[in-house]
Amino acid sequence: MKTAAQLNALLQEPACEHHHKGKTGCARPKPGATAGGCSFDGAQIALLPIADVAHIVHGPIGCAGSSWDNRGSRSTGPSLWRIGMTTDLSEQDIIMGRSEKRLIHAIKQAIETYRPAAVFVYSTCVTALIGDDLEAICKTASRLFSLPVIPIDAAGFYGTKNLGNRLAGEAMVDYVIGTREPDPVPAFIQRPGIRVHDISLIGEFNIAGEFFHVLPLFDELGLRVIGMLSGDARFREVQTMHRAEASMVVCAKALLNVARKIKERWGVPFFEGSFYGIKDTSDALRKFAMLLGDDDLMQRTETLIAREEAKAQALIEPWRRRLAGKRALLFTGGVKSWSIISALQDLGMTVVATGTKKSTEEDKARIRELMGPDARMIDDGSPKALLAAYHQLHADILIAGGRNLYTAMKARIPFLDINQEREFGYAGYMGMLELARQLTLSIESPVWEKVRRPPPWAAQQRIGSPVTVVGA
Amino acid sequence: MAEVVKRVKPLAVNPLKVSQPLGAALAFLGLRNAIPLMHGAQGCTAFAKVFFVRHFREPIPLQTTAMDQISTIMGGDDNVLEALKTLCEKANPEIIGLATTGLTETQGADIRRLVRSFRATHERFAEVAIVPVHTPDYIGSMESGFALAVEAVIETLVSQTEKKRRRRKQVNVLLSSMHTPGDVEAIKEWIEAFGLRPIVLPDLGDSLDGHMIAAETTPLTLGGTPRHEIAAMNESLAILVVGRSLLRAARVLHEKSGAPIYHFDHLMGLDASDAFTRALSEISGQPVPQRIDRERAQLLDAMVDTHFMTGLLPVALGLESDYLLAFVDFLKGVGCEIVTAISPAYTDALRQAACSLVEIGDLEDLEQRARESEARLLIANSHAAQCAERLGIPLLRAGFPQFDWVGGYARQWVGYRGARQALFDIANLVRQQHHEIPPYRSLYRTGEPAAAIGMAGH
Repeated sequence: MKTAAQLNALLQEPACEHHHKGKTGCARPKPGATAGGCSFDGAQIALLPIADVAHIVHGPIGCAGSSWDNRGSRSTGPSLWRIGMTTDLSEQDIIMGRSEKRLIHAIKQAIETYRPAAVFVYSTCVTALIGDDLEAICKTASRLFSLPVIPIDAAGFYGTKNLGNRLAGEAMVDYVIGTREPDPVPAFIQRPGIRVHDISLIGEFNIAGEFFHVLPLFDELGLRVIGMLSGDARFREVQTMHRAEASMVVCAKALLNVARKIKERWGVPFFEGSFYGIKDTSDALRKFAMLLGDDDLMQRTETLIAREEAKAQALIEPWRRRLAGKRALLFTGGVKSWSIISALQDLGMTVVATGTKKSTEEDKARIRELMGPDARMIDDGSPKALLAAYHQLHADILIAGGRNLYTAMKARIPFLDINQEREFGYAGYMGMLELARQLTLSIESPVWEKVRRPPPWAAQQRIGSPVTVVGA
Repeated sequence: MAEVVKRVKPLAVNPLKVSQPLGAALAFLGLRNAIPLMHGAQGCTAFAKVFFVRHFREPIPLQTTAMDQISTIMGGDDNVLEALKTLCEKANPEIIGLATTGLTETQGADIRRLVRSFRATHERFAEVAIVPVHTPDYIGSMESGFALAVEAVIETLVSQTEKKRRRRKQVNVLLSSMHTPGDVEAIKEWIEAFGLRPIVLPDLGDSLDGHMIAAETTPLTLGGTPRHEIAAMNESLAILVVGRSLLRAARVLHEKSGAPIYHFDHLMGLDASDAFTRALSEISGQPVPQRIDRERAQLLDAMVDTHFMTGLLPVALGLESDYLLAFVDFLKGVGCEIVTAISPAYTDALRQAACSLVEIGDLEDLEQRARESEARLLIANSHAAQCAERLGIPLLRAGFPQFDWVGGYARQWVGYRGARQALFDIANLVRQQHHEIPPYRSLYRTGEPAAAIGMAGH
């Protein structure tokens, strides 16, 4: 169980820009007017893609039952992470205090059946409330089964999804990162004249396998990704992330604490960046080269950027012709509020407004940098407000998380899904192509004209019979 | 406006075409207490029977004049007269549909004269209607054979009396061969919702919908348009015709009935359904029932929900003319791109297809063109399953035959509901074939064999 002080410390995350303005950290959720997940959800989201770990949710069925195997992340190897595991506590377990015992047996079963590289145990509201000593049980289990068993103490009532991300990151820093040294680079992979640098990525989840567009570039440059949080990651790789020479926080403010702590403890420098859009992808590669201070690498990076940009520009050109001048309304969380802007601008589109509900002051500064000083920012993410902005600003497409998908569909407006469960990868130079395609197919779809039109008999309906006529 | 191009090659490989006599037989199978009789060698009928049995999963009444080498050389008149007599005696049908085949057309059989001759010599069977139709299989395809038979039925069985448009709620409905029994049922309900009484010709929804009957066996159709209703079609208020192939038949009916023709190319998708609904409202003078508004609203919702999957989707079609026009319209209306359109036989209507090119060809052509154009969905009959497999893309089964699929005959394509289900199915087929970004393993990754696929412990 986390103490109030521990939670407060995380809410006051120093690397986060929120509190420089004198606010007390992240805002509390407002009862009756809150959307978004809990801390448990956030913790799962941050860690579940670690592919060879058995992820056990310790609680009644409500927590895992409706959330297992719902991630769009991809793994090149083990699929253990997609197996849903929960202690599925019963009333008797809770009343009679049998939940801890049950958990020990559950860990044993998971290890025996699936031989995982490690076990992560997620606490939930009920087990946190009844006072299960997660840390002690995990310690005991580790000793009993000679395998790392890591407590992820991020019960739902601790707070928001963002906090859960941080709690999960905190657990990695406390229990996993720094517990193993990286393997030496095998001699046969070494290429003459290329000095291999070790890097790590924090907050890259390999949604729809989009990181597969980017990873070959790192390989080519001799940048070895020794660990990721957490797309296509392995436990043994996360253990070595402290040995990175540089790391990047990808589109996720929420895991900044991990980057900061690794920097504090092990001196690993980091930067924040994004792989969405041609310009941002190039910038990310450049920043690695700069942080690593390797002149040769910088040169090779520029050569690669020139080649990839030319290739990507040629490929997206036909799409750009279709998308040029189209207006997008963005409503995405935090960092994505600016990272995707540059990708859309690469396609010749105009971003008419962006949601800044979860954005930091720093995010907002970048938005102004990208969209100009008069950038329109939207704080109210209610369907009504979003649609009002959409119409008022004459947008052609709404880009938002899956939660808003069917809001858009019901309102008969084009939509692009940018959330964690999407099926298409947009990252890297090649991801732009898919992004362009998905934008085009929704914007150009002939269904909009059809569904906005009233039925041809609307005029002749009897008085009193309900006919919904929606103005086009 | 499509350019229609005939594929020039001597060999048809994996034919898409189904013959005219089969089309005629299908039309006759939609008449009550009827039996089709094919004037040809017995193989024509045997193949047709198997074809329909596998598609409908029903016993199919179908007979043959069983031409042999002697009657082929010396004339098959006796075969026809004998077959008619035998059918009348044994099966006691109300209607016999007499369709010619390639053999007897080549021979020059005059079946109209034979029917007259049978009438003269077999007065005791005067009650049995006989509908002759010329359907050589070296012309047209199933669709045109079906249309010819419908036209023949109208010519032969619809009365000539002067009671034009007397029945103010009765409408004639001519449905081309692209309609499944499921479609026919839906169309009837659609019309009935406006207080109208449809006479559907032929009514496959009543005969080949696959329903159990009390009798263990019957030599005739299990349902279909009753003969007395066909006779009364000249008294109807209006003619609703769906499918260009039946336009000629509709004109013949118009001559006899004086009723106005409401023509629809097809009833697939929103626009077509709206046009039909509107016409029904106009004919009946009734407002559109709320149930239909609701179905329409459901389709709109499905259209926006599935547009992510249908948008820019490259589709290859292998379908008969009417069906092709229907699918092209429907699919283009939801953002698909028709990258290949193959039809088995030339029709003028194909020029009206809303795509750039229609090729007359077979399933080999379909496969080649679909490969070249990188189609991601195939729509054709069951024979295209092999093509789809080789292409590695999903097949949506439509048309004849569907032998590897249960319930194809019951499927509803028409109307708001039919379109909605088609959209769901297309979306699901496409989702299952979702092209993943190829997994990439870093060169530098250690500690795990390069081919580690699957799961620890499994």
